Amino acid sequence: MMSEEIIKDVIIGENEDYIINMGPQHPSTHGVLRFEVCLKGETVKYLIPHIGYIHRGIEKMCESLTYPQIIHLTDRMDYFSAHMNNEAVCLVVEDAMQIEVPERAKYIRTILDELGRLASHQLWWCAFGMDLGALTAFFYGLRDREHILDIFEESFGSRLLHSYVMPGGLMHDVHPNFQNRIKEFIKYFRKKLPEYDQLLTGNVIFQNRTKGIGYMSKETAIGYGVTGPSARGSNYSCDVRKLAPYGAYDKVQFNESLMTEGDTFARYQVRMKEMWESLSIIEQLVDNIPADDYTAKMKPIIKLPAGEYFRRVETVRGELGVYVVSDGNKSPLRIKFRTPNFSNLFVMNEITPDIKLPI
Amino acid sequence: MNTNMSSNIYDFSTLTGAIHTWLSGMMSSGLVIFTEMVLVGLAFLLMYALLGLFLVYFERKVCAFIQNRVGPNRVGLYGIFQTIADLIKLLMKELIPIRKSDKLLFNLAPYIVIICSFLALAALPYAKGLQAIDFNIGVFYVMAVSSLSVIGILLAGWSSNSKYSLIGAMRSGAQIVSYELSVGLSLLAIVVFTGSMQLSTIVESQANGWWIFKGHIPAFISFIVFLVASTAEINRGPFDLAEAESELTAGFHTEYSGIKFAFFFLAEYMNMFIVSALGATVFLGGWMPFHVGNWEGFNQIMDYIPSVVWFFSKTFFIILIIMWFKWTFPRLRIDQLLTLEWKYLLPISLFNILLIAFTVMMGWHF
Amino acid sequence: MLNRQELTDIIREFEPEVEFPEGTPLLEAIVPAEKLFALTEKLKSDKRTAFNYLINHTAVDFSTHFTVVYHLDSTEFRHLVVLKSLIADRENPKIDSLTALYPAAEYFEREVFDLFGIRFNNHPNLKRLFMEDDYGYPLRKDFRDEVNIIER
Repeated sequence: MMSEEIIKDVIIGENEDYIINMGPQHPSTHGVLRFEVCLKGETVKYLIPHIGYIHRGIEKMCESLTYPQIIHLTDRMDYFSAHMNNEAVCLVVEDAMQIEVPERAKYIRTILDELGRLASHQLWWCAFGMDLGALTAFFYGLRDREHILDIFEESFGSRLLHSYVMPGGLMHDVHPNFQNRIKEFIKYFRKKLPEYDQLLTGNVIFQNRTKGIGYMSKETAIGYGVTGPSARGSNYSCDVRKLAPYGAYDKVQFNESLMTEGDTFARYQVRMKEMWESLSIIEQLVDNIPADDYTAKMKPIIKLPAGEYFRRVETVRGELGVYVVSDGNKSPLRIKFRTPNFSNLFVMNEITPDIKLPI
Repeated sequence: MNTNMSSNIYDFSTLTGAIHTWLSGMMSSGLVIFTEMVLVGLAFLLMYALLGLFLVYFERKVCAFIQNRVGPNRVGLYGIFQTIADLIKLLMKELIPIRKSDKLLFNLAPYIVIICSFLALAALPYAKGLQAIDFNIGVFYVMAVSSLSVIGILLAGWSSNSKYSLIGAMRSGAQIVSYELSVGLSLLAIVVFTGSMQLSTIVESQANGWWIFKGHIPAFISFIVFLVASTAEINRGPFDLAEAESELTAGFHTEYSGIKFAFFFLAEYMNMFIVSALGATVFLGGWMPFHVGNWEGFNQIMDYIPSVVWFFSKTFFIILIIMWFKWTFPRLRIDQLLTLEWKYLLPISLFNILLIAFTVMMGWHF
Repeated sequence: MLNRQELTDIIREFEPEVEFPEGTPLLEAIVPAEKLFALTEKLKSDKRTAFNYLINHTAVDFSTHFTVVYHLDSTEFRHLVVLKSLIADRENPKIDSLTALYPAAEYFEREVFDLFGIRFNNHPNLKRLFMEDDYGYPLRKDFRDEVNIIER
């Protein structure tokens, strides 16, 4: 039970600012963060984010687990695109032990990355529409996402968190139907993606709500470490798939989606363009999967040589960096996940003042 | 002008006259009036309840259709008892009193909102001869009474003692008060055409064609302004900032639960019905059937469809349009909402009034 | 883009007391704690290196000392360097904050303070990020919590 003093501190704040709490229980924050918003009328003066509601102590847990066990924990870090998190840890382990991953595994890993990126962007689009009030958008996005999740379920047994990518390659081979289902899905989704534009992008109300809001300059983005589509909306070219290609990304042609305006509408358009690019990457890869092994020969117990290793991967939201300090045992001495959303969040205090937020 | 054209339409005043004669035979005249008032009150209560239930079900089915899914289909055949199940659930919920809220105002607010929508319902013409109160200031009365509901909303927000509710109520109050101007001006357009504010006169003047066709361009502009402004009046559709879920967690009715929340919910749907019925009466001809010029045979057939059916189908047509808005468009922000009214709709309405006055003077309407 | 040898020479030129361990996958530089801020400032402002992007900042607990690790990148040239500083004092570890150079450092440093207890001088808002004020420092190797952590 809160006493009177605590209520006064939390609700009134210093200098008698009018503070409204967008707490973890709010339909827009989806339960994972809390903003203390200081309002002056309808305009935002400043914001204080509070995080940690979904912190599960993964880094401490990993210090007592072996590397294949860590893969299962990394799934849960960003559950909408679980493959990319797995792949980051696998790349670090493979670099450290200097293992050559077979081509088939690389192709399939890249296809799964891009499917995960599509699924996550679909969910982003429908949640974005719903938070703005276009409730129909929610159903359109989820309807199409189900197709991707069905493909995952057939090959890997679960819809969201598979832990399928293992150090050395893949855990087991894909289902024989994998390629056909993906080709059907690409044909289906190419017809549906223009519907997304018809529903939201061209709508006057939507454009008035998003254009000119939340401007972020390129210097701010670099200073705060913002990466991913949010940074690409400010003309900051930071795609790790182009700068340091991994998997099969050096064998495909795709454009990096950049926009110059730096407002919410620009970031929206970057993600829509990325969906088209993902479709074209999958199309280029799905017919050419080589037919060799799905994994390299690995020892049953993986021990990394002593030293420090760092590797970055382009997940849906930005750069995920994995930093491993190993002293030769089967568990890491210290593993640090540099997650993209940690940096992407804290730029909010810089870009929100002087906006009229309808909360 | 209207005697031979609407002579085939069944006149409910024969029915009401018969009931009156039957009652007068049994009791003194004072008691007859009292009994009739009780009967009319009961009829309205019943209609309110049934319409409310039906409208909630209708909304869920329309929304499901737009979103490419089925909607309620388990409780009863095609899910028609879904609303009754929801109502039972709401009635069984605990009424949570808020510490430090103003108890009298907190409990009073839902009742004010419901009473206002009742008052407005009473003045609408449902069929030929079936109108409870036929004031000579009909349009003005309905507008005035539905404006009273803003008091209920402000009271609800203020007495909840919560920041979210207060902000929601302030925004809602500003929105309703602004959009009343546009609604009034667009209704005024047809009053100028007809020359009278009495609702039954307005309907009878549409015997040779609905005002939206007779008044061509100016009436059409008025209709569009009326649609947009009345959606904003009832806090619906793209203008539901004050009470939407992902903004402000339900705004002015955040702190209400159980039957009080059901009152707000029901009053919102009935307001939608009232506003649509008003639009149907004034622009689309009320209970008048659809006649085309000199096609006597066609007109005879149209006359045989009862006027009640005409009235309700036109009302539900407008309700369908309003629901369509809500499920397709994202929301407007509060300052964009008010800009739309003060900088766009109001000047258009004012210009339209001038245009209509000119048209009537020159006799350029049908 | 400068290669490893050129970067080593430039860093030595800015600060002669830096050590470079051999055979590491990325270029690592072990800098004395009190020289860290000055070196990073030079690395950021110099036109040849232009390290304007702080990718990652964390700390590692070797049981005898702490190591604070910074991964720096340049958006113009895309060369990476890893700066490290050793802190021997386990009772009261302190080091300079880099918030003046990189706004992102503000939150990374709060996380390190929360999980390791390392204080940063000149930090604008050094508060704990996740835990309560009296919790202890979870990522230290000698951290014990009888209630929530099971020792095997």
